[in-house]
Amino acid sequence: MLAMVTHILPLTSITRRRVMPIPAKVLVRKGQKVSATDPVAEAMIYSRHLLLDVAKGLGVAKAKVEQYLQCQEGDLVAKGDILAGPAGFTRRILRSPGDGKVVMIWEGQLLLAIKGKTASIQAGLPGEVTELVEERGAVVQTTGALIQGVWGNGRIDFGMLVNVADQPDQILSPAQLDVSLRGSILAAAMCQNAEMLHSAAELPVRGLILSSMDGSLRKDAEQAPYPIILIEGFGKLPMNPLAHKLLKTNEGREAALNAEAWHRFSGSRPEVVIPLPDEGGIEPTREVDRFRPGQTVRIMRTPYASHLGSIIRLVEEASFPSGLRSAGAYVHLESGENLLLPLANLELIQ
Amino acid sequence: MATSIVETESLLVMDVGSVTTRAAMFDVVETQYRFIGCGEARTTAGAPFHHLGEGVRMAIDRLQSITGRRLVGANEELILPSTADGAGADAFAATLSAGEPLRVVLVGLLESASLESAQRLAETVPCSILQKIHLTDHRGQDGRLDAILSARPELIIVAGGTEKGATRSVLKMVEAVGLACLLMPEDQRPVVLFAGNQALQKELQSLLNGIVNLKLAPNIRPSLESERVEEAQPTLAELYVQLRREKIPGVAELSHWARGQILPSSTAFGRVIRFLSKTQSGDKGVLGVDVGGGATTVALANNGDLLLSVAPELGICSTHTALTDEKLLSEIAFWLHAEYSLQQLNEYLHNRNLHPFALPFSPEELAIEYAILRVILRHAMLKFLRETPASGVATRDGQLPYVEPVIVSGRFATSNSNLPRLTMTLLDGLQPEGLTTLILDNNVIMPSLGAAAAINPLLTVQVLNSNAFQHLGTIIAPSGKARWGSPALRVKMTYESGREIKREIKMGSLEVLPLPRGASAKLQLQPLNRLDIGMGAPGRGGSVRVVGGAFGVIVDARGRPLSFPKDVKSRREVVKQWLWNLGGE
Repeated sequence: MLAMVTHILPLTSITRRRVMPIPAKVLVRKGQKVSATDPVAEAMIYSRHLLLDVAKGLGVAKAKVEQYLQCQEGDLVAKGDILAGPAGFTRRILRSPGDGKVVMIWEGQLLLAIKGKTASIQAGLPGEVTELVEERGAVVQTTGALIQGVWGNGRIDFGMLVNVADQPDQILSPAQLDVSLRGSILAAAMCQNAEMLHSAAELPVRGLILSSMDGSLRKDAEQAPYPIILIEGFGKLPMNPLAHKLLKTNEGREAALNAEAWHRFSGSRPEVVIPLPDEGGIEPTREVDRFRPGQTVRIMRTPYASHLGSIIRLVEEASFPSGLRSAGAYVHLESGENLLLPLANLELIQ
Repeated sequence: MATSIVETESLLVMDVGSVTTRAAMFDVVETQYRFIGCGEARTTAGAPFHHLGEGVRMAIDRLQSITGRRLVGANEELILPSTADGAGADAFAATLSAGEPLRVVLVGLLESASLESAQRLAETVPCSILQKIHLTDHRGQDGRLDAILSARPELIIVAGGTEKGATRSVLKMVEAVGLACLLMPEDQRPVVLFAGNQALQKELQSLLNGIVNLKLAPNIRPSLESERVEEAQPTLAELYVQLRREKIPGVAELSHWARGQILPSSTAFGRVIRFLSKTQSGDKGVLGVDVGGGATTVALANNGDLLLSVAPELGICSTHTALTDEKLLSEIAFWLHAEYSLQQLNEYLHNRNLHPFALPFSPEELAIEYAILRVILRHAMLKFLRETPASGVATRDGQLPYVEPVIVSGRFATSNSNLPRLTMTLLDGLQPEGLTTLILDNNVIMPSLGAAAAINPLLTVQVLNSNAFQHLGTIIAPSGKARWGSPALRVKMTYESGREIKREIKMGSLEVLPLPRGASAKLQLQPLNRLDIGMGAPGRGGSVRVVGGAFGVIVDARGRPLSFPKDVKSRREVVKQWLWNLGGE
């Protein structure tokens, strides 16, 4: 059976393709060093279109509109610019109602795209641009520690990593959030109170790494102005020991948080990247593998969710307490317990 | 391409779902077509594979190890046709529902006419309807254009204009479509399916020529009173596969192996239901419900007329957004014996959404999954009844018509060993009325049989009549208003041996009349208190011959919709009793 892989690696090579879904201007060049928040491509998003009836506006026949036009298709116009006219005895004119672009002119009508905002895509991780994707974005590569999460609030930032969780099941408390943490990326464990998210915003912090949070905080987390990443899930799930150790040992280093949503189809997922020099010993990453004895796995469902263990042996078909039957594996937990679990409930940790 | 039975004996069908890929093998066993076996694997349409091939190959590998039949040759190609040593298959077909739902914009004239028909057409395949544009939507041309642009559709369905009816208004709507498409990058332009006034086809072709790929289908609303969604379904099904082929690597190879015989899973499922309705004697329809990983499909057919509706928001693994609504969380909690706060259920659903492939490990988790399945089934049925036209196949004033049988298919059926709980869940969710038979497609082969029907209809007929399906029982469900505890139905069952049992069933109860699997008996039914069991009128009874299923004959006198004691403790007791009566605990 195929196994999905989650990366929790002390040193690896990380390559991410960062592209816009629409034609965009690429802002970086090959070989350029970028930070996580640097935009790699941007595009103008036109907020709305306006269909202007020039003939009616000027009071002239459709066929005669062309002779009164003061713009062409593709022209950028500012609010108040004259688009057509003057025409007739009253010298009627047609002005642009906003900043924008003349998209099309036909049969006495003019289609104007009103300028909206500029949308951009950030690098998402600090590194080097290794490839440009024409009219879309770029590929960014770096080496460092990588911790993939399961949920993110869609924001990106970077800062110095500060660990505030002594234990992997510690609940984030007000006493842990003091002014010395301003501008840092906090590595905590569980969060059960929306106040903590608001206090972190007030400091402000540059990011928050949690093992889990109460499901009711989801909306607050989505609205937080800084990136939030969950490593385990919702509820009261402690941080797995590998991630906890990695976050602790890298305290004081710069970390980048890309809290983009986990999209199973595209493969994008929230992640923490801690850039480290390539001094050899880089582990190649695999996105998928087959289950084998000896592999480290994480359990995804209760009552053992977020526990790590190693596969002792695989079982072609087994029956579980729920009564369901499926392929399974005997897993040795770090607590010393041996469990028979459905393979579907395990993911490889690499 | 039809092939005769002499040429095509064995058939391999791939059903590529959003979560699971299945390889099902059918062959002749002692002069009859039979289901031989099925191999399953995880679908690999998304990351990190981005190619269906890996999942297809693994499902075939599994099938090879189950059946002992070699299906892939040394060159890694499917062995087609079969060889003298029994390797390979004579034909290949495929169904597809993998990938994200199709992004669709609907354009029509009247919201209550052509737009409704366009929606019914769109919902015959997995789709997300992102915008609805019509004459009275209070948007100008530029507003419509922005609506289309912001939706970034893959498909725009344009309906409207009855035959010999409106043309100018339709052209005005199409103008907005054309303009919007013109503003999109060429490689992101949608396909436009026109299923409106046929007199406009040529004009539309010249209007949209060079701008978009225009497909034409028969008018789905030829008059205000009539709807012909079915006639445009094959074109939409073809488009669905074409659009998925462009988006998901591996579909093209599948299509090549299948020589074009690749259908959306919902279309294939609907085809079998329609097929069954044609073979049905009497005036009852056939109901099929397929609860897939990515969508739930409801199909209702009567005498060859099919109503089909796919709800992507109600897939067993895609329910997260729909179900975290507080009202629906309460509905899930309603079915649970243990106390769960809405917060706990919310977290369960959030985590379930993060790991959609995982299985319930504990009995408590399984109970939550059954509760979710009940809510999915109920909402799929309600949506179906709400959105289907009042005339035609679905009559009885917006209620589910009397059907025979009800076939339920889905991922949950394959790994389930708790048949009483599952049967109870299906009854609670579907709430069939009158006299019917509940059948479980425990091998999840209904879509495969739909694909097979195009190549070899005899195979479909014979497998449907084989023991590849699990007959759960004959259901007698009186409907109408009666007080709890009052007499609902008098039943006399006469076995083939001549032995008789008589029961008076009370309102609010669920009872099982023992009848061994496959054995037949004569039932004499007399509904009381003017309850209706579908024998012509409220209070009217009669005789009927029935065949026993896994649970014999189930008399479900719990009312429609189901009614419960108001007090939580009593409700839990009574639900426990119902399950107990089915042999569960």
